[in-house]
Amino acid sequence: MTTTTVVTGLGVVAPNGLGTDDYWKATLAGESGIAPVSRFDATQYPARLAGEVPGFVAEEHIPSRLMPQTDHMTRLALAAAEWALKDAGLDSGELPEYAMGAVTSASGGAVEFGQRELQNLWSKGKEHVSAYQSFAWFYAVNTGQISIRHKLRGPSGVLLTEQAGGIDSIGQARRHVRKGFQAVVSGGVDAGLCPWGWVPQLASGLMSTGQDPARAYLPFSADARGYVPGEGGAILVAENLDSARERGAAHVYGEIAGYAATLDPAPGSGRPPGLARAARNAIADAGLTPDGIDVVFADAAGVPDLDRAEAEALAEVFGPRAVPVTAPKTMTGRLLAGGAALDVATALLALRDRVIPPTANVIEAAAGHPIDLVTGAPREADLRSALVLARGHGGFNAALVVRRTP
Amino acid sequence: MTATTTTTVTLADLTRMLRESAGEEEGVDLDGDVLDTPFLELGYDSLALLQVVGEVQRTYGINVPDDAVVDAETPRALLELINSGQISAA
Repeated sequence: MTTTTVVTGLGVVAPNGLGTDDYWKATLAGESGIAPVSRFDATQYPARLAGEVPGFVAEEHIPSRLMPQTDHMTRLALAAAEWALKDAGLDSGELPEYAMGAVTSASGGAVEFGQRELQNLWSKGKEHVSAYQSFAWFYAVNTGQISIRHKLRGPSGVLLTEQAGGIDSIGQARRHVRKGFQAVVSGGVDAGLCPWGWVPQLASGLMSTGQDPARAYLPFSADARGYVPGEGGAILVAENLDSARERGAAHVYGEIAGYAATLDPAPGSGRPPGLARAARNAIADAGLTPDGIDVVFADAAGVPDLDRAEAEALAEVFGPRAVPVTAPKTMTGRLLAGGAALDVATALLALRDRVIPPTANVIEAAAGHPIDLVTGAPREADLRSALVLARGHGGFNAALVVRRTP
Repeated sequence: MTATTTTTVTLADLTRMLRESAGEEEGVDLDGDVLDTPFLELGYDSLALLQVVGEVQRTYGINVPDDAVVDAETPRALLELINSGQISAA
């Protein structure tokens, strides 16, 4: 007997919408959340745009005791987790003690909190550093706070594979469900909009220095010039299908049908990058062939060389222009460890409503990219399976197939 | 960092600083008779106490050793520690 793992709860915190419904409406309408940075003064840096989550008043979502000990990133993650569990209708208090776990993705941890406390240390002295700095900055903090708050005593973990982490955390959640745990809170929410989070990304040389929010992040376009970062992501509840049916779960968004991760070879090795292999492995893991995939949510780096590599990988796996490809992250920016989780949530919503959200701001794919890029408006399609791709800086590739549950 | 004040830190001062630096647990009334209520029942763990002791140090210049703080299980015990620390600092 095989265990089928499905997603029964979603919680979205995105730059173009707070909450799943607002996000999905904005995404289908092509509304972008990319704008000049407001969380810190970015005017002294060459890159000045970001996707910031709108209208999040932390005190409305976070208990008083958690406020002094949480970064903005963790507050967003806690809100998304609470919504996801509520959406799933799951309460750990009504389940066996170890039935539920938490696995999330992270990148640099809570850098805004960490920067503030390091500044306190350097400028005022050690007695001005928050005692909560001991864990609040830590990259495992979202998993920790979510599992403590919701008493998730099953397996927990955190995956750091940069932008690929949102998928890897869901793949890991599926492993735990297959081992017999009923449900795992997974996905990722990230936020690094502060100088400490900004400068390392600038140093990568992959950030866009465009100043026009509608023109700065144009993946697969002839005008691609880098990516715009953002904050947010999605938390997903991965659950055993049998348990979900037994308890009459309100939503079964879709099955986590296939997952694979690969690493790129060392630079200069001459061997091909691992994205196509990840895609093929995930499709095979789902028991499908490429013609069974109805839409691809692309990594969409927005960097010409990386866009070319992804377009070639897609053409290699599917054939030229053989499958619709989209990048709704053009409306949010790339969300570090939260990005791929949001893409998976978006793919599940697309399956539910049988519509492919568009790639915003891009008029058409550059002539050299052999892909069918969905631009301009949503495209209705009888979607059964979607492939989500992600690449993390440093050579991480991850691919996830989600399938509509019959 | 010299203690120039001889002000005694009161329960009201302590609960105010607890609220500000560590938040307040839902369902707990810090304004009630909490002098002998264990911190754990008030929703505060050792990190919360370290946080509030940092605030005491910044506000009053009173240095309380970290390892002594974790032994203070009630507001009364912590206040005694703080106010005796002030005497030794002065």
